[in-house]
Amino acid sequence: MSKIILDIQHLKRDFIMGEETVHALKGISFTISAGEFVTIMGSSGSGKTTLLNILGCLDKPSAGNYFLDGVNVKELDRNKLAGLRNTKIGFVFQAYNLLARTSALENVELPLFYNKKVSASLRKEKGLKALEAVKLSNRADHTPNQLSGGQQQRVAIARALINDPVMILADEATGNLDTKTSYEIMALMQELNEQGKTIVFVTHEPDIAAFSSRTIILKDGKILKDSLNENKRSAKEALAALPVSDDN
Amino acid sequence: MSIINLIKIALKALQRNKLRAFLTMLGIIIGVASVIAMMAIGQGSKQSIQTSLSGMGSNMINIMPKSKDVGGVRIGGSNYQTLTMKDVKAIQKNAIGIDGISPIVSSSGQSIRGSNNWPTSITGVSTDYLHIRQLSLKDGIMFSETDILTSAKVCILGKTVIDNLFPNGENPIGQYIRFNKTPFQVIGTLVPKGQSNFGQDQDDIILTPYTTVQNRITASTIYLQSIMVSAASLAISDSATENIKSIMRETHHLKESDEDDFDVRTQAELIKTIGSTSSMLTVLLTSIAGISLLIGGIGIMNIMYVSVTERTREIGLRMSIGARGIDILMQFLIEAIMISITGGLIGVALGIASSQLVAVFVHWPILISESSIILSFFVCGITGIFFGYYPALKASRLDPIEALRYE
Repeated sequence: MSKIILDIQHLKRDFIMGEETVHALKGISFTISAGEFVTIMGSSGSGKTTLLNILGCLDKPSAGNYFLDGVNVKELDRNKLAGLRNTKIGFVFQAYNLLARTSALENVELPLFYNKKVSASLRKEKGLKALEAVKLSNRADHTPNQLSGGQQQRVAIARALINDPVMILADEATGNLDTKTSYEIMALMQELNEQGKTIVFVTHEPDIAAFSSRTIILKDGKILKDSLNENKRSAKEALAALPVSDDN
Repeated sequence: MSIINLIKIALKALQRNKLRAFLTMLGIIIGVASVIAMMAIGQGSKQSIQTSLSGMGSNMINIMPKSKDVGGVRIGGSNYQTLTMKDVKAIQKNAIGIDGISPIVSSSGQSIRGSNNWPTSITGVSTDYLHIRQLSLKDGIMFSETDILTSAKVCILGKTVIDNLFPNGENPIGQYIRFNKTPFQVIGTLVPKGQSNFGQDQDDIILTPYTTVQNRITASTIYLQSIMVSAASLAISDSATENIKSIMRETHHLKESDEDDFDVRTQAELIKTIGSTSSMLTVLLTSIAGISLLIGGIGIMNIMYVSVTERTREIGLRMSIGARGIDILMQFLIEAIMISITGGLIGVALGIASSQLVAVFVHWPILISESSIILSFFVCGITGIFFGYYPALKASRLDPIEALRYE
């Protein structure tokens, strides 16, 4: 049994909207071990965004505990949470969220700017290494508007990788991409997972979930289903099976 | 988060929006440039007034007899004679911080040479007089102490007198003129000074030893019309004045209750009055320029608010990858300070350049003081911090979840 890096116990999150209290999460528990590739699914209103915010240490639970790599997130203040996000979590967003008019390399290096211990030379070295991991070494000087959507998302993944986080947290990371590019991103994710990275991937697309090793389905703030994926698809094979398009 | 990293981040953010950064700077640039130019013009005119006044002998202290109440009848100063050579000698001996003293006795009359004549006055002085009034000889020599002892009939002429007595341009040195009935040999001529600030012709002058005037013209050998003293510097002219007053009171044996029977006036007082007028002008001009600096600062605040709103997603991203509130605050604050400091630098350069242009093309006197540069630069930094702080604080308090989803 590998190390448990994410441990959620009876997690609840309530939002007070005027007179009403909305129970977004109604007490969920699960653990994720190192090396897992988990997709979290659910329709809109199921509480997956709320869960994602808590998993990403952007929000704190109303009740219950969340241990990330052995640290109880509930007990941390704003600044400590920021530190945790910087070193333990790598975010990948649906809209990439790259800085405009800024080179790919500088975008990738960004998290290291918020880490005092990293020197400028080490920053560059790590940045190039992360770009290499997503096979974009030759695009280091390109700005986001010179890159395709898939390439931009790969830059974002490189940015998530740079601090060597315990978990990559992806929020609809393929939501803005076409099928082929989505598969390419999933192939990259699978490759990173095989190298030992823990990935938590929030999506509402079942065919994307098929690439993961485990799927958690949320409904109305509760876990509807938490199942291991028996026949995990290979994104590389899926990519090869796609009909060859004209522009290739 | 090290400060160097923050500066790098702020620099990169500014680079991404060069034009906007420059336009924001423009307010500061214009503000600083106008503060510096206005102060240069104001201080320049003040200095030029002071220079022209000190050309009259700015350190000059004038001692005159004062009108006095005698049994209910007020007697005019010039009639009530109190100043004597005893006073001159006492001041010469005891006063601190003076570097020249001269008794003044004068008489008006007609100067005559051959068929030319000219109504003027003759002034009896000591050898220090040239120094006190900052006069200089154009030609010839000054009379000597011996001439004073012997009441020598020698004189030094100003340009107006020369022009009227020697209309054909002969060299007056060595020639004889008459003042009323007394003949004088001309031994020197003065460099022309032109009109004084009050329109007096400073060249309508005949100088001679004071003893000559006393013994040969007025036949009044005791009293002096006034005494002129020069202080060693403008700065000590006030203390020298006080010193002279106390010496005078002592030599005149005045009791505590007696009022002065003499009047001591300095040029410094006049300079102060005129100086304060032009200082007021400087303050006025500078405060108008200062208002434009303030507007520049508000411009910074405005743009920083727009920038924070526009970059909400960027702020959300930075927070999600580990930026703390203080990092975001510092980033925006440093951006604001950089805009204002860079604007300040350009403004200083532009201010100096435009003051030089004023000097060259309009021929106004200018004086660019270091203090005006340091002051406006300092104000710039403060402006950046003050007007950058609130937008930066707003940015740092954003909720990362909402900021990330901001459209």
